[in-house]
Amino acid sequence: MYSEADATTRQRQTASATQLHVAKIQRDATVGSRVKGLTTVSSHKSEMEIDWGALIVKIRDQRDKQAFKALFTHFAPRVKAFLMRSGADTSLAEECAQEVMATLWQKAHLFDPSRASAATWIFTIARNRKIDAIRKMKRPEPEDLPWGPEGEPDQEDVLALQQESTKLGAAISELPEKQRELIEQAYFGDLSHSEIAEVTGLPLGTIKSRIRLALERLRHTMK
Amino acid sequence: MTDKIKHQISDELLLAYSAGNLPEAFSLTIATHISLCDESRARLGAFDSVGGSLIETSDAVEMSSNSFEATMAMIENTDNPIVAETKMSTNSVLPQPLRDYVGGDVEAIKWRSVGLGVKQAILPTSKDATARLLYIPAGTAIPDHGHSGMEMTLVLQGAYFDEEDRFARGDIEIADEDHDHTPVADIGEDCICLAATDAKLRFRSILPRLAQPFFRI
Repeated sequence: MYSEADATTRQRQTASATQLHVAKIQRDATVGSRVKGLTTVSSHKSEMEIDWGALIVKIRDQRDKQAFKALFTHFAPRVKAFLMRSGADTSLAEECAQEVMATLWQKAHLFDPSRASAATWIFTIARNRKIDAIRKMKRPEPEDLPWGPEGEPDQEDVLALQQESTKLGAAISELPEKQRELIEQAYFGDLSHSEIAEVTGLPLGTIKSRIRLALERLRHTMK
Repeated sequence: MTDKIKHQISDELLLAYSAGNLPEAFSLTIATHISLCDESRARLGAFDSVGGSLIETSDAVEMSSNSFEATMAMIENTDNPIVAETKMSTNSVLPQPLRDYVGGDVEAIKWRSVGLGVKQAILPTSKDATARLLYIPAGTAIPDHGHSGMEMTLVLQGAYFDEEDRFARGDIEIADEDHDHTPVADIGEDCICLAATDAKLRFRSILPRLAQPFFRI
């Protein structure tokens, strides 16, 4: 039986488990250093300055077409590339990328910037489209957590998640080339480990251990 | 309240679930496990984030010239916000992903006897793997079954023991073809499991040990 108190406990447990696995960021860090961290990040790369999550919130609240256009320009070509690497031809990938972006507009009210970054949320929509349209399969989803009364997400959580995402992106780009390639293939290539073995000529054991190493390295960086 | 789940899903399988590269029967089993295990849910969030980062940093392919206008037209033609499909937790034995396949909770399962109190129900999934619910009376050994490839077992009610450990609600066990195990349902309660296999699985004729209930002392 789930009482509201249980729901809250569960939510906290999940939040702490996420911290453990996604990123062990210092929850007690001062707001000042968070802001400072963000400033450092944004000077890193011009596109990083854009808060994509805030643009999705603008679509949600104001049906803001300018915000949508910015998201479209950045993400649609990446979603198209993802779908092509997953086996779609150009026209199917184009069509599906448009559908993914339309879904983003239509589901904007479900986006919670304290639970997922814009890129992560778009990845899940693109993945589901890939499974439906390209692989013609089904992928059952877990049931939702009892999140308790809805409210605006805590701004601290939103900032913390943005920092984690930036850090994760950096950690992935710093992976050794061979490990990064295998991780990409595992996500994008639509190949099982044994199929990757066939394509690359690498023994299955090597592939598994490289992926494991890559994941360990990501975990270590995120600690 | 969720009890601590001892046996969680491996990184390798969680990554494949996040990437959407698993047969339906395995995805169903993992979705059901995650519905019961907050830690696996958090790890799935991490794997989804890796997918997000890869999309963010990967190469882009140019969209066709009128693609934005075409997408806006698509939105304007169907501008009804998609209503959230809430799949909330309840007190049922079967988490929502399984209830979708069964058409209800435990009482809706269409069991077929495989002998001596053991029952099974095969769920409608794609043919590349099979998902079945198993009902094993308390203290009974799970019928010997031949399989090649991988077998994923998730406990939904009661518990079972094998040579490795004890598995209770929410626990998931992965066995490959080299892994010979003889699970026996715990004496406390009849055991219900979800088992997914990636090769045809067939119960052999009823073995003598089925007739000999195992009692934990």
